[in-house]
Amino acid sequence: MCPQLVAAYSFMNGKEAFPQRHFPVTPVSSNPALRLSGISKRFGPLRANDAISFELKRGEVIALLGENGAGKTTLMNILFGHYVADEGTVEAFGKLLAPGDPRAALDAGIGMVHQHFTLADNMTVQENIALGTQSLWRMRLDRTAARRRIEQLSADFGLAVDPAATVSTLSVGERQRVEILKALYREARILILDEPTAVLTPAETDALFRTLKLLVAKGLSIIFISHKLHEVMAVSDRVLVLRSGQLVGERATASTDRKELAALMVGQEVKQAEVSPVKPGAPLLALERVSTTPYNGAGLDDVSLTLTAGEITGLAGVAGNGQAVLAALIAGTRRPTSGRISIAGQNVRDWSPRAALAHGVARIPEDRHAIGSIGDMSVTENVIAERYRSPRFSRMGFLNWKASRQFAEKLIADYEVKCPSPDARIRLLSGGNMQKLILGRALDPDPEIILASQPTRGLDVGAVAYVHRMLLEARTRGAAILLISEDLEEVLTLSDRIIVMSKGRLSTPSARGERSIRELGELMAGHSGEHGDHAA
Amino acid sequence: MRLEPKPAPSLAVTLMFPLAAVAMTLVLTSMLVLAAGASPLSVFYLVAKGAAGSQFALLETLTRATPLIFTGLAIAVAFRAKLWNIGAEAQLYIGGVVTVVLGTGALPLPSAVLIPVIMIAVMAAGAALLLGPAVLKTRFGVDEVVTTLLLNFIVLLFVSMLLEGVLKDPMGLGWPQSQKVIADAQLPRIIQGKRLHYGFVIAIVSAVLVWLVMKKTVLGYEMRAVGHNPEGARFVGILVNRTLMKTALLSGGLAALAGFSEVSGLKGNLTLDLSPGYGYTGIVVAMLAMLNPLGVIASAIFVAGIFVGADAMSRAAKVPSYIADVMVATSLLTMVVAILLTRYRMRWR
Repeated sequence: MCPQLVAAYSFMNGKEAFPQRHFPVTPVSSNPALRLSGISKRFGPLRANDAISFELKRGEVIALLGENGAGKTTLMNILFGHYVADEGTVEAFGKLLAPGDPRAALDAGIGMVHQHFTLADNMTVQENIALGTQSLWRMRLDRTAARRRIEQLSADFGLAVDPAATVSTLSVGERQRVEILKALYREARILILDEPTAVLTPAETDALFRTLKLLVAKGLSIIFISHKLHEVMAVSDRVLVLRSGQLVGERATASTDRKELAALMVGQEVKQAEVSPVKPGAPLLALERVSTTPYNGAGLDDVSLTLTAGEITGLAGVAGNGQAVLAALIAGTRRPTSGRISIAGQNVRDWSPRAALAHGVARIPEDRHAIGSIGDMSVTENVIAERYRSPRFSRMGFLNWKASRQFAEKLIADYEVKCPSPDARIRLLSGGNMQKLILGRALDPDPEIILASQPTRGLDVGAVAYVHRMLLEARTRGAAILLISEDLEEVLTLSDRIIVMSKGRLSTPSARGERSIRELGELMAGHSGEHGDHAA
Repeated sequence: MRLEPKPAPSLAVTLMFPLAAVAMTLVLTSMLVLAAGASPLSVFYLVAKGAAGSQFALLETLTRATPLIFTGLAIAVAFRAKLWNIGAEAQLYIGGVVTVVLGTGALPLPSAVLIPVIMIAVMAAGAALLLGPAVLKTRFGVDEVVTTLLLNFIVLLFVSMLLEGVLKDPMGLGWPQSQKVIADAQLPRIIQGKRLHYGFVIAIVSAVLVWLVMKKTVLGYEMRAVGHNPEGARFVGILVNRTLMKTALLSGGLAALAGFSEVSGLKGNLTLDLSPGYGYTGIVVAMLAMLNPLGVIASAIFVAGIFVGADAMSRAAKVPSYIADVMVATSLLTMVVAILLTRYRMRWR
């Protein structure tokens, strides 16, 4: 798909990248680190896990691969004691784990790094790490010893972070290192990482992978949950593939390839998006010297950008450099403090979500749970949300439920959404299915301008390919598309034109393949000193 | 113990939850009854008999339920949009004030015109009273729980001032009460000689109309969307602040109708004890109904029945009628737990 990127990651498998160090290796015994036997878990009619059994050897990295809703998270929650399995047992180092007790999992040496961090923002790194490890009744905290241990662990495993720093001042990559340190501090011997790279820059990802190698060298066992095939290939010894709650495949990483894994994961060959040459047309949306106040990161600083028909403009960058506010601006939820927005050559004065919709801007928001959907309302109520005032869905202030429901049924069929009924609360859908509905809602009126902000974040391979195909179809149809993504591979694959965002400013655009990954990475990191400075 | 989310249960199962909550309430309050030295079964029997055991009892319960339906609807509408209107008591009293101002002979109109005119004016006044807190909330982020709650005391003092001053009945022997409304401004009794009046019918019609608004109209859709996720609602182009304003107008208007119905249908004049806390009890009524406008009718009758029945029971069983307050309060707590359980499944280890 993207040879440069694969090459960039592949060096990590080479020995020279990891100076051998001498760690005391835990004595090998016959018991595996972890043994899951016949784990089953149902939620109503859904079999989230169906008789799953596997072993994790000591010093081994297993990748758990699967689409959204395949049951990865449920399985890990059972393992960690958040859920109780209907059937089956978990053994850690030969001892049966009490079900439904996170404490037991912690005591058995299982540590988990969640996708969404569980840190107290207002406390220091050291306080976060030591939290809960000392008895409530002790009068004095042994800070010096704790600090020394944290520093030792940081040094041993390349987890550079200042123990005295307040967590709220840390970058996402640093926070993740704190989470890993937290697990190590509690003497975790099994580390579970749930989608650890979703929030990292390429450089931070590299650093994480180096850390994982060091941990394994010291005898830790790791379960790495991911849906990114190239990462799975890069870090794991063995790959387990989950599909619809069942373990459908187990491969040694050395004897498989991405194609086979992708096929196992989705149950069929994944159709890769075909990118045809670009035929750019007229400029449809233009920002002229726009500045904004900061919002979820940097504000925009004198930004000019033109989106033309039939072209995908990809915006790469490290999170927090102004992508959030740019997306909000185009979506209509933010207004510029200075500068102009024009659509099809017309200057737009009154800018709001309604105005954006009225001007034919389709919006795929970054956060589909908080912004893109109203979780406690039904699928039907959600899909008409952008157009409920149109004569198609309401007349004289009364909603036309029949037409609305038909529209929901049409989207469910057209976009292959798996959902029990149009009346189901949208909260109960998996991320991929929710995203398909949001995509359908946005793309159904054949929009001229499309804003896709992190459109595939947290989605599985099948859903990612689907989203990509839909965006490319819209491009062929002549839509102007702005793709904002922290997934560099995605930007490289889809974009006709790539722009890098850093500290609220945009780089000059480059055509497909014009800049190398290294050059793009420098643009991403070069102007944002505090991020990614641990890169090799 | 932990909670796991689960799909919405069917309608039949959903209806079971309020009933289970009521049963739990009886179990919990029976301990108090035992402490008072009486038999729970006979006390609950006496409450039920006092609430619905005779035509008189039943009519009294429905009469008492009437203002509770209005305030319950007001709260249900507001809470659906997550506008925390705790000021239904104040809106009720303002409704009473407007009723006596217009209904004591100021407007020489026939009954069929006068009553609708008064109702419209009453709703406008209640709406206006809640508009202030709504503007403060949307413009400046002032917590409406505080402003609406405090307005209750301000309005009660204001009514007290009026009843000692301009609205004081010259023939009232010095009591702080207003003149009686004229016959044309009175709501007729449904059965001659009994206390139940047409305010009850207006309340039922209002509940059906509010249900239609919430279920079938664009406004109801917007209100629910804003209540569930204001950020998401704003993203899809719903004008969140404007929707909250409309919600405030509707909620304030409904609560004010309670005051109109009490003055025009039952009491005839305005006094400082027009409401024994109907505005606050409306919160319980709305929660028991899980904010469903049609459910409000049932829960208002239930709550009214407890109060009416407890009065009769305390005369017979020598258990203080305060047990009614405890029962209503306990039912609110059990209902909140029941609502939680419609959304989540409880797991014990």
